Amino acid sequence: MKTRFLSVAPLAAGWLLLFGANAQEHSQHQMPMPAAQEHSQHQPKSRKKTARPEAAVPPSKNATPDHPAMDHAALGHAMPEPAPAEAIDHAAMGHAMPPAADQPITPIPVLTDADRAAALPPPNAHPVHDNSIQSFVLFNRLEAFDADAGTGLEWQAQAWFGTDINKLWLRSEGERVDGEIEAADLELMYGRSVSRWWDVVAGIRHDFKPGPSQDFAALGVMGLAPYKFEVDATAYIGSSGQTSARIEAEYETLLTNRLVLQPLLELNLHGQDDERRRIGSGLSRAEAGVRLRYEVTRQFAPYVGLVREWTFGRTADFRREDDEAVNDTRIVVGARIWF
Amino acid sequence: MSSDSFGRNGLSMPSRRRFVQGLAAGGAAAGLGLWPRASWALASPGQANVLSGTEFDLVIGETPANFTGRTRTAIAVNGSIPAPLLRWKEGTTVNLRVTNALPAGSVHGHEASIHWHGILLPANMDGVPGLSFGGIHRGETYHYRFTVRQGGTYWYHSHSGYQEQAGLYGPLVIDPIEPAPFAYDRDYVVMLTDWTDMDPAALFSRLKKMSGYDNHSRRTVGDFMRDARNNGLAATIDDRRMWGEMRMTPTDLSDINANTYTYLMNGTTSLGNWTGLFRTGEKVRLRFINGSSMTHFDVRIPGLKMTVVAADGQYVHPVTVDEFRIATAETFDVVVAPSGQDAFTIFAQDMGRTGHVSGTLAVREGLRAPVPAVDPRPILTMADMGHGGMGHDMKGMKDMKGMEGGCGAAMGMAGMDHAQVTDASAPSGHSGHDMSKMQGHDMASMGSGSGSMAGMDHGAGGMQQHPASEDGNPLVDMQTMAPVPKLDDPGIGLRDNGRKVLSYAMLKSTFDDPDGRDPGRDVELHLTGHMERFAWGFNGQKFSEVEPLRFNYGERLRIVLVNDTMMTHPIHLHGMWSDLEDEQGNFLVRKHTIDMPPGSRRSYRVRADALGSWAYHCHLLFHMEAGMMREVRVVE
Repeated sequence: MKTRFLSVAPLAAGWLLLFGANAQEHSQHQMPMPAAQEHSQHQPKSRKKTARPEAAVPPSKNATPDHPAMDHAALGHAMPEPAPAEAIDHAAMGHAMPPAADQPITPIPVLTDADRAAALPPPNAHPVHDNSIQSFVLFNRLEAFDADAGTGLEWQAQAWFGTDINKLWLRSEGERVDGEIEAADLELMYGRSVSRWWDVVAGIRHDFKPGPSQDFAALGVMGLAPYKFEVDATAYIGSSGQTSARIEAEYETLLTNRLVLQPLLELNLHGQDDERRRIGSGLSRAEAGVRLRYEVTRQFAPYVGLVREWTFGRTADFRREDDEAVNDTRIVVGARIWF
Repeated sequence: MSSDSFGRNGLSMPSRRRFVQGLAAGGAAAGLGLWPRASWALASPGQANVLSGTEFDLVIGETPANFTGRTRTAIAVNGSIPAPLLRWKEGTTVNLRVTNALPAGSVHGHEASIHWHGILLPANMDGVPGLSFGGIHRGETYHYRFTVRQGGTYWYHSHSGYQEQAGLYGPLVIDPIEPAPFAYDRDYVVMLTDWTDMDPAALFSRLKKMSGYDNHSRRTVGDFMRDARNNGLAATIDDRRMWGEMRMTPTDLSDINANTYTYLMNGTTSLGNWTGLFRTGEKVRLRFINGSSMTHFDVRIPGLKMTVVAADGQYVHPVTVDEFRIATAETFDVVVAPSGQDAFTIFAQDMGRTGHVSGTLAVREGLRAPVPAVDPRPILTMADMGHGGMGHDMKGMKDMKGMEGGCGAAMGMAGMDHAQVTDASAPSGHSGHDMSKMQGHDMASMGSGSGSMAGMDHGAGGMQQHPASEDGNPLVDMQTMAPVPKLDDPGIGLRDNGRKVLSYAMLKSTFDDPDGRDPGRDVELHLTGHMERFAWGFNGQKFSEVEPLRFNYGERLRIVLVNDTMMTHPIHLHGMWSDLEDEQGNFLVRKHTIDMPPGSRRSYRVRADALGSWAYHCHLLFHMEAGMMREVRVVE
């Protein structure tokens, strides 16, 4: 019972009282009394009782052992009936210790049936929100452009529904030029967080355009690469064996906390030529853009941007055959919206 | 003796609901003055909010509230926000009949509860639905009855859903049997809280969609230029590279700040200017309670020294400071002796330096003193996050490869003495990709979760090990490398500010360790989270994923907490005291809530003398709701 004594003498005396009182309170339990009675109800009385004589004891450097009441507290209770408190201590600690360190200064109250009844767990479990279903819908790009091919609209949107680990993803990209939908796809995927920064997604993709509609199985990753590059990479296998891949990376440069410059790079690869859709194999198309947005609110940010598109290999050849520009630069105006 | 102004038949409350008004001067619930001593006639409506005695009728219901200019449906006790100040007396048995009068279809749910924070009581009186009792359903009354075994300043709040955020919190003052060991002439509660007009459930969803929504202080290109000018281009690039590799933001100090919140003092805004009266020469006891949901406040009274006399309701050796940080759920009692001015501003700014709330100590109503500007915003350093010993020398980090595995996960393991890990349940080493470096160490035998670390050297500078459950865990975005207790650190944004700021090392209980035994075992738990996903837990696991922690009735154990996140978490154990230890493992101060700054490792002793199931959680409401909670089951 090592007692580092306190500098403030009156306080020390006060707290000594408390220990003494607790001891006394406990010793009262050894006396016959109604089992269900709350121990603490006796506290005030016993404290009052001890208070007077003990207040007179001058605090000394090593007050505790010298103190008669304390001795009763520490030893008196353990000797006549050592069973409850001691047995528990040994069980908990699993090894022998010097008796002084083994015995709590403030005795552990002996449990009553009332204590046990109060500790019965309720029938219902604790309601938790830690796996709640949440959702997020983002129109990352929703923009109008004016290009050689005409004026048009382009969108790129994604949404998830689910928990921190398991999510259902919807992704869509498309383009509408001169009132005609030129390209549109929709992906439905299951996504699972597999590591600190990465989700794996797997599902299906349906292309409405260009050409006749087609379906793919999709497998990809989404996440945050070092330096906070947001990366999506997905591979596709079509119902007739055609393969393709799309890789997209974007980054946010904060000019101010509201004015954000967002560079973006998108690469499209194909496993084979698809003459009907005017796509060649290999790296077919690349797009690089910068968009400068102003976050009027976090959730609504209008932007202007400059986008450059390149086509390569057979894809470029197809474009030449069609009298279309192989490469194209366009100015875009749009808004980034999420909810 | 009871419930003065609200009476017993609290069910009639809805008709008497008051319009809680924050913008109006004073506010409906302002002025929580205690003990109207002789010659003190405080004309404050707050007096009506004090309920004392042993019989209490509390009615939980909806109340219109307007703190921002817009009226919202808040949740209140007896129509008031904060809930009435309850004054108990140590040694008495209190009866509290709490009625749920929420209307059908309330946005605050159909179930309610009240938890008496920091109070020692039987498990079924603790007020946590699903752990202590079944909750209080609409129209039902729960009878809380227990004997008050302590004195001091505490508080009470709902433990159901987000009700605490919507207004269900109130101060609790227990008059001790022995008079306080310090003198004072007046006594006020100063309860600091955060209010949002948003539906708290929508706010939680917003955090899940974009956790950084409220951070409008992210570093910009302009900051980069300035830092490059001041610190050199190479150092600035290194710094940005570090944070970039970690994919974190050093200005993330709190998840929700004044961009969303309106801070309240005793239920009123700065404009409402809660005022506590004094006469020159008097000593005033201020009982600060942080009843917020998500806010750490830094508190000072310019022109006055504050003598801290109690922490979390328990007396400490008086220590005089200029300022203190109060974590959510903590309480500090201070004594001030105002003189020389007619008015002093009580100034509480949030840790993220986005806003403040102020009130006034004055010789009469209507006076104000100058309100200081909010301090400059601090920026987290690698040292703050426990990637320690390196200070600002980022070059030390250059040897670190594979940051992918997290900060420090790939640091050289050679220096670690794994032979010292003797307990099979001890936390394992680092992330999976590094295991090859741990020669001959059988990871399989190490299991997961927390276990005894006895015999290990946790001295400063040592490498921190982590539970196996954190390895490759998608909900753990960071692991600290060399955490230290930081007990003498006033905290982020409070260092070297020219003021004397309270730290945990200055808090010393006026009594010795009341148990006196050496802890029989250590339970080590890591605070973990993922900022982007807004997922939180212990050891990478959420509340719903894990079994209760089991304590044996009567045992003395040591809880060791390691903060593996970049946020500050106030950790609260219900039903039992948390006896904080100093660096040497000596008893320092008795508390009910232990604040854990990033990069810290702190230990405290627990005496498992309360049978039953108890909540153990981060007191930041949305961290708890996101999973940073455990059940502690004390069994025979």
